Parts: sequence; C-alpha cells; structure tokens
Amino acid sequence: MLRIDPAASTAPAQRPLAARQTLLLCLGLCVLLLCLALSLALGSRSVPLSTVFDALSGAGRHADPDVQVVTGLRVPRTVLGLVVGAALGAAGAIAQGATRNPLASPTTLGVNAGASFAVVTAIYVLRLTRPVEYVWFAVAGAALAACAAHAMARRSGDLDPTRLALGGTVLATVLTSWTSALMLASRRTLDEARFWLVGSLDGRGLEVLTPVLPLLLLGLVLAIAVTPALNALALGDEAAQALGVPVARIRATAGLAVVLLAAGAVAVAGPIAFVGLAAPHLCRQLLGNDHRVLLPGCLIGGPILLLAADVLGRLVIRPAELEVGIVTAFLGAPLLAVLARRTTR
Amino acid sequence: MNLLAPKATEHANQLAAHGLRLRYGDRLIVDGLDLALPGGAVTALVGPNACGKSTLLRGLARLLDPAAGTVTLDGADLNRMPARALARRLGLLPQQPVTPEAITVEALVRLGRYPHQRLLSPWSAADQAAVEAALDRTGTAELRDQPVDQLSGGQRQRAWIALTLAQDTELLLLDEPTTFLDLRHQLDVLDLVARLHRELGRTVVMVLHDLGQAARYADHLVVLHAGQLAAAGPPAEVLDAALVERVFEVPCRVIPDPETGTPLVIPRARVHS
Repeated sequence: MLRIDPAASTAPAQRPLAARQTLLLCLGLCVLLLCLALSLALGSRSVPLSTVFDALSGAGRHADPDVQVVTGLRVPRTVLGLVVGAALGAAGAIAQGATRNPLASPTTLGVNAGASFAVVTAIYVLRLTRPVEYVWFAVAGAALAACAAHAMARRSGDLDPTRLALGGTVLATVLTSWTSALMLASRRTLDEARFWLVGSLDGRGLEVLTPVLPLLLLGLVLAIAVTPALNALALGDEAAQALGVPVARIRATAGLAVVLLAAGAVAVAGPIAFVGLAAPHLCRQLLGNDHRVLLPGCLIGGPILLLAADVLGRLVIRPAELEVGIVTAFLGAPLLAVLARRTTR
Repeated sequence: MNLLAPKATEHANQLAAHGLRLRYGDRLIVDGLDLALPGGAVTALVGPNACGKSTLLRGLARLLDPAAGTVTLDGADLNRMPARALARRLGLLPQQPVTPEAITVEALVRLGRYPHQRLLSPWSAADQAAVEAALDRTGTAELRDQPVDQLSGGQRQRAWIALTLAQDTELLLLDEPTTFLDLRHQLDVLDLVARLHRELGRTVVMVLHDLGQAARYADHLVVLHAGQLAAAGPPAEVLDAALVERVFEVPCRVIPDPETGTPLVIPRARVHS
C-alpha cells in the first residue's frame, strides 16, 4: 500500500489558478496603458493628459507646441518603447526556457553584444548614418554571436546551460571590448554610434520600425510555436525527448526566435540590458512556470519595464534626459544581484 | 471513467536489440548486443556499475542513437519512427530528471500528455482523465497542489512515475527507479510497478541494483557484464552463484527467498585479517 501523509493534502486550486492568471494579465494590461499614458504626457515639457487625448484624437490645434510634442516626439518614442520592450521580454522568456538557465537573456548570451559589434563595424566600414540601415547588420551580428555561444556550450552533443551562460558572457565581454576599440580608433564612428550604443528610444521616427517589424513578427510566431515544447524541455533533455520533443529542433527554433526578437530590438533602440532578463523573472513570480502564460506575460511586462525606465530617465535630471539604456542598467544591476543570490540558494 | 484500463493486446510490445553498439564519443559502452525483451512482462536489467545497463536502456528508448545495429519495437526500426508516435508507445523515467522550480505535482503530471497534444489543441477531457487516473494510481492525488521540489524522495518518485503513466504508453522504461530511496519507499515503487504490470498490462523494463528485488519483481532478468550479455531468462533459471561470482566478482551462495521462493543472493563472509 502507498501511504500519503495526511498533513500534505490541500484543497484543489487548479481552476482558481487559471482565473488568477487571467486577472493578473488584465491587471498587467491596465498598468501598461498607464505607462503608455505617462510616456505620452511626461518629459522635459510635461503635457496635461487632456491635451494628450486631444492630440491623439486629432482634436488639438496643430500649432499648439504641446500637441506637436505629443504627436511629433512622444508618440513615436512610446510606440518604439512598446515594441522594443515586448520583443526584449519575449526574447528573454524564450532564451531562459530553451537553455533552462534563469540568467539567460539576449545580453548574457552575447546576442546584444554581437549585434552592437556588427552595427559599429558597419558604421566604421560602410559609413552608415541612420538606424534604418543598421537592421541587417544587427541581425547578422546577433545570429553569429548566438551560434558562437551555442557552439561553446555543446558538450558531447548535449547543451550545457551553465556553459552557455558562461560562454555568452565571455563572448559579450570580448565583443564589447572590440566595439570600444573600434570607436576609439575612429572619431566619426564614436560620434555616430555612441547614442545608439547606450540604448535609447529618443530621436527615432516610426519609420525605423518598418524594416524590423517582419523580423519581430516572425520571431514572435516562432516563440509562440515552441512554448508547449519549452514546458516539456524544463524536465531535462532526456525526459523531454522521451515525451516526443524533438529537442535539437526546438532549441534551434527557439534560438532563431531569440535572435530575431533581440536583433530587431537592438536595431531600433540599441542594446538595452536587463529588460530581457527582468521581465521573465517578474512574470514567473506572478504567473508561474507555464510558458504559454509566461510569454504573453512578458509581452506585457517587457514594455512596462522599458516605458517606466524611459519615463524615469526623462524626469530624474529634468530638463535634461538620461538615456533609457542607462536607466535600465542602473535599475537592473541590483536586480541581477538579487536574482543570482536566489538561484544559487 | 477508467482510462488506464488494461489494453487489448494489439501490440506485442517486444523490444529487441540486433547487433547493437552504443558509444559516448569514443567510448564504446555496449558492444554488439543481441537481445529480445518479452512483451507484457516485467524485465529487470542488472549488472555491476559501468556495465552499460543505463546506456542500454537509453538506447532502447532512442535517447542514444546506435553506432551500429538496430533497436526494434515489434519488428519496426525505432530510429525510423516519428518522435511523437514513439512517445505514445514508450515512456521513460530518467534516472535523474530535472524538476522545474516551483512546479506542482499536477502541473508535472500534465506534461505527460505532451505527445497526445497538438499545437493550439485545447486540453481535453481525455487528457484530464488520464492525469486523474495517473494521480490516483500512484497515490499522489492528495499532493497535486504541492510543489514537487518540496516532496520527500519517495513522493517525488511517485509523481514522476505518474507523469510517465499519464503519457499512457504500453511500455514503461525506468532507469534505477529505487535509487536514493529508503527500503519502504523502494518497495512502494516496486509494488506500484508490479500493479501497473498486473492490473494494466504494462510492459516494464527497469534497471535495478538489488538482485534480490530484481528476482522478486521481474519475470525476466537480463544480466549485463562489460557491455556484453552475460545471461538472460527467468530469474530462477538464470541467477546462480557461478553467474554472480563471474559478473560481480563476489563469492556468494544463492538460496530461495524465504518469503517468495525466488533466488536470493547471500555474499559469503569475507575473512578479515
């Protein structure tokens, strides 16, 4: 006979859990709407929310400088924040699931650094000047870095999650130093690349989105397609394989999704750290481990983090601004320290 | 609804290896093995450490591609079967599976339905029924909302067996299911396996360390030695002092188990100088 410890039994909570997840996702959407509104209203020139609504609905006078700020500057900036944040959040969730490593993200896997290096090289060699032209170099650099990190992490055919994160970090360090060397060698490259490299949503029109949107959408579709398999992959490669998961194929697809999402985000806004790491962690705390819920959660949580950081950057040293990449790095570093402590415990 | 009812014997469920060679990198672990495991029976794989029994089990579950030779299931080459189709016929419990952080028992067991689901297909009543039956069978229904990483070793092993059970396969491969468990929990797991065989008609292949337990619970014993087949057959016919001495290098007597009459290996007292 099998015996069960009577103290161990609890009331079934399956249905309430699903209801709780739906509620949290709706709540997240509300918070995201609030962040969008704040991003449209706040900055070196703060605009009342009523004027924001007027500007959006077209009711505002076009000569009004407040309306011009909202439609000309804040709307593109906010839309970019929404798209980039969602892409980074989703990339982080898929990267962590596919590698079974809670510290994996586009930054720690070297994907961001690869994209940055490729773009800066292109600026140096080909004299590019506009972010629209960066896209394909960012994708190529991200893909090469992902392949290199993956190659370093293989051990007797299996992927070792720890080696992947270590290899990615080493790769990121090397690529970052090469990027710095290039910028120090060429004044023109430095001037052209430095604001992009910090990571910023400012000073870009919506047209930078056009070339990356197909990539981001493809990345998102691939990400959605692998979510059920990622749940099984969490049991280890062997158990997943025994459940009929084509492990190598799923991991390649997930890697492609991460590369497309991260490269698209980097091409638009420059390498922004920590959103891809933090969003999945926060969502996992609230929503649990199921990637089918976690991915939508990160699509909401990523933009919340990025927009909040961007708004914060506009407010802390008003009337000047702090680039969003600096804010996320500032807020993200302590978060990473906390996460690292918790995972090793 | 009893979804895990005994199955009509549409399949013989016979796993066989033909000239099977398995290697890790340059290391040849299993060298030219010919073996047929009876369908509808409980088979125990035994042998000394590093004899290749876990490797053989991985090869039989297609977790390791053969360097040479083939593995067949009812005559069909395993390597030519689609992954999902194989996962609907053959389930495997690895020796040390990864428990995802904070996953509940029910969420873990639900993952066993993976090979039965399609992308975007909703969770069906049949899926839930299979999960409920697996929880009931393994006595883990009361633990369903507990995080797996907070269970005792015995409870955790039963939760993992429930996962392979929810997979609803006629063949179950278990890699050292009793290792790291105390005696009572070892017997709990083995009794559970015996019931799965007796009541549900499952074909079971498991790697075991304890020869007495293997003889008690298995219909068929496969003894491996240095990647080669040392003996195979019913425990009462196969397990004798000469075999144990040859394979394990331990002088011993083999007596009938006073409880069950199956062979029991008693190592000879060593002279301490």
